[in-house]
Amino acid sequence: MQAEEKFTYETWPAAPEKATLEAKNKFLGFWFFLGGETVLFATLFATYLALKDKVPNAEAALAKDIFEIPLAFAATMLLLTSSLTSVYAMYHMKNFNFKKMQMWLGLTVLLGALFLALEIYEFNHYVHKFEHTFTSSAFGSAFYTLVGFHGGHVAFGLAWIITLMVRNSKRGLNLYNAPKFYVASLYWHFIDVVWVFIFTVVYLMGMVG
Amino acid sequence: MSTYAQKKGFGATLWDFLTTVDHKKIAILYLIAGGFFFILGGLEALFIRIQLAVPNNDFVSAGFYNEILTMHGTTMIFLAAMPLVFAFMNAVMPLQIGARDVAFPFLNSLGFWLFFFGGVFLNLSWFLGGAPDAGWTSYASLSLASETHGIDFYALGLQISGAGTLIGGINFLVTIVNMRAPGMTYMRMPMFTWATFVTSALILFAFPPLTVGLFLLIFDRMFGANFFDVSMGGNTVIWEHLFWIFGHPEVYILILPAFGIFSEIFAIFSRKRLFGYSSMVFATVLIGFLGFMVWAHHMFTTGLGPIANAIFAVATMAIAVPTGIKIFNWLFTMWGGSIKFTTPMLWAVAFIPSFVAGGVTGVMLASAAADYQYHDSYFVVAHFHYVIVGGVVFALFAGAHLYWPKMFGTMLNETLGKITFWLFLIGFHLTFFIQHFLGLMGMPRRIFTFLPGQGLETGNLISSIGAIFMAVAVIVLLINVIMTSVKNEKVGNDPWGDGRTLEWAIASPPPFYNFKQLPLVRGLDAYWLEKMEGKKGMTPAEPLGDIHMPNNSFIPFVISFGLFIAAFGAMYRADYAWGLPVLILGMAVTLGSMFVRSIKDDHGFHIHKEDLMEDDNDKGVKA
Repeated sequence: MQAEEKFTYETWPAAPEKATLEAKNKFLGFWFFLGGETVLFATLFATYLALKDKVPNAEAALAKDIFEIPLAFAATMLLLTSSLTSVYAMYHMKNFNFKKMQMWLGLTVLLGALFLALEIYEFNHYVHKFEHTFTSSAFGSAFYTLVGFHGGHVAFGLAWIITLMVRNSKRGLNLYNAPKFYVASLYWHFIDVVWVFIFTVVYLMGMVG
Repeated sequence: MSTYAQKKGFGATLWDFLTTVDHKKIAILYLIAGGFFFILGGLEALFIRIQLAVPNNDFVSAGFYNEILTMHGTTMIFLAAMPLVFAFMNAVMPLQIGARDVAFPFLNSLGFWLFFFGGVFLNLSWFLGGAPDAGWTSYASLSLASETHGIDFYALGLQISGAGTLIGGINFLVTIVNMRAPGMTYMRMPMFTWATFVTSALILFAFPPLTVGLFLLIFDRMFGANFFDVSMGGNTVIWEHLFWIFGHPEVYILILPAFGIFSEIFAIFSRKRLFGYSSMVFATVLIGFLGFMVWAHHMFTTGLGPIANAIFAVATMAIAVPTGIKIFNWLFTMWGGSIKFTTPMLWAVAFIPSFVAGGVTGVMLASAAADYQYHDSYFVVAHFHYVIVGGVVFALFAGAHLYWPKMFGTMLNETLGKITFWLFLIGFHLTFFIQHFLGLMGMPRRIFTFLPGQGLETGNLISSIGAIFMAVAVIVLLINVIMTSVKNEKVGNDPWGDGRTLEWAIASPPPFYNFKQLPLVRGLDAYWLEKMEGKKGMTPAEPLGDIHMPNNSFIPFVISFGLFIAAFGAMYRADYAWGLPVLILGMAVTLGSMFVRSIKDDHGFHIHKEDLMEDDNDKGVKA
């Protein structure tokens, strides 16, 4: 099977993300990359836990003072839903339905952008209301680094998916770009999984003190 | 004359190397760049030994001495040993598994250029206000106090080159899993390929903690964060943990490929199958696994408490078991073999006692209670030079002689090779053996001078004399390289005559597509097997057909160059107004070229069957 070949619904392979050698390599390589990313975030989580509530003086805000459930819950719902919509997109990709795939990816991007907007609002809120900044304490540095790294991943993922959507909008699916869409959606799921841990470790555990 | 063998102008050759995605050419780039940094690190070592040759010496100042010793360690580990190991992995591993290239040729090139620009950035510190001076470990309590931009060069430079290493590791993993020739099962892979596989897995899991550690250091020093600032709630021990969670696997990342090279050499020049192949594989994997469990043995005196120290001490001693398995297997490979003492074999034979000495002092250091005596003394310096020089550097010399014909098509002179070997072996033991005793007599490591009348004079002088032997050995090797290149006497497929694995079944150097037809692998030591049955070469596993090849690309160079620019911006952001725009510009170059890579299709090209057949006719009789 060639990467440039034209396909129809009938000839489209069952696993287009692994149909060519290049695709197989990309698929496996990306899983390995996510393995490395897991260690990266694990290290950031460890750093955060070591520095949580480590502040220079008694006036500085602690985790239990600043985090609120409604905001974190809304962000979590947005990101979890965006993971679901990206699953639908991949379902349509496997069924060679380019239009519907693009539609669901568009929805994923929208939800991801809303999440990012909420995060920017949240950071802004902490800075102005609690004077909890990147430079105010070790706790602040660790918090903004962990959550900010995740936010950076979300922003990169958005740029990536939008690039793929625009680049391929005119030509539809083939075995050259199908693995690219698939790998981007894997990345998106990974970001989502990391957020589940951030929600638990930073926000839920933060509020119980 | 075939097209790719024609003489090209210098400009065309340079452009070819700047854009190449061929694993064999990237291997040569790694060899040249790594060799250059090896000489640089060696010069720094010579400065250290000159300064310490006599008591109260003032050859260099105390501050400059700190810079030299920091850069010696950092350069040797990150910019010399790692890339040289990568050179052999790139040159040999795809050939050993019967592949036409690595899984991601573009990323292979990107990995090299990231390493290269990271290394250049780090070394520019010499000319821009001072090199890093907090030791290669750069403990945060020291590195935050350092006033020059040296530590910034260290953090940013290693960040860039570390990204390249990580990319290389993922590439090798996928190549080995997906691109083995028909019949090349996991348990038929040559030991060097196994070593590459396990090493790449270590890189994948060990480099992210370094990435994070370096980010924290960058944020603290350049962006006002407080991870390591105790007065703001920070904690410097976090750096020690992150550094060693990376740093300990790092030493296995260096030594496992060395073990792989020696495993090949022992089998080739004993003209026997490697003894206990499956136990060798098992031991390699076990060492890789245990390598992650022992990082805190570098921190016995940090004060983690007796329970943590005891656990890490026991885990560390456990590594001696799989390593011992390997040592005995090498000895049994030689046992009853018909041994040829070629230059690579000399290195391999000398490696065993040298490395075992380093291993024994390793077990001594692993005893936490005793370590309180050895810690931060020259005993530690002696120990890690015995394992890293006696293990890794010996393997790099051995590998250079062994694989030179496969990489360049010419044989290094054996006489000069043996002169290099003896000079280096004598120099190495002169320099480092005495340092055990200097350490036990109380000489601290990283000290810039010592006083007369404390019994340290003779030992230090002997140590410095040894360094001269090693320097001369390297010069002899360089002369050998030049002489061999000038003579340019081409050799055939299997110049050592006893090659066992697939790389020796094809031309030296191989054509750019490696295998015209993928070989059929029928067992361990695939090529040896065919030779023993009286066949001239491998049985092909496929009919002659078109070969798909990747296109060259300049983008990896540009991506890496963008980060190089951005690093300057990040570093000078606080000092000058142009810092921030330069940071943004550099990131724009990097992200922009990634974007271009993403939107421009790159399908590669095909070599047609007819051209492949023509190649055959051109060459005339086969070597």
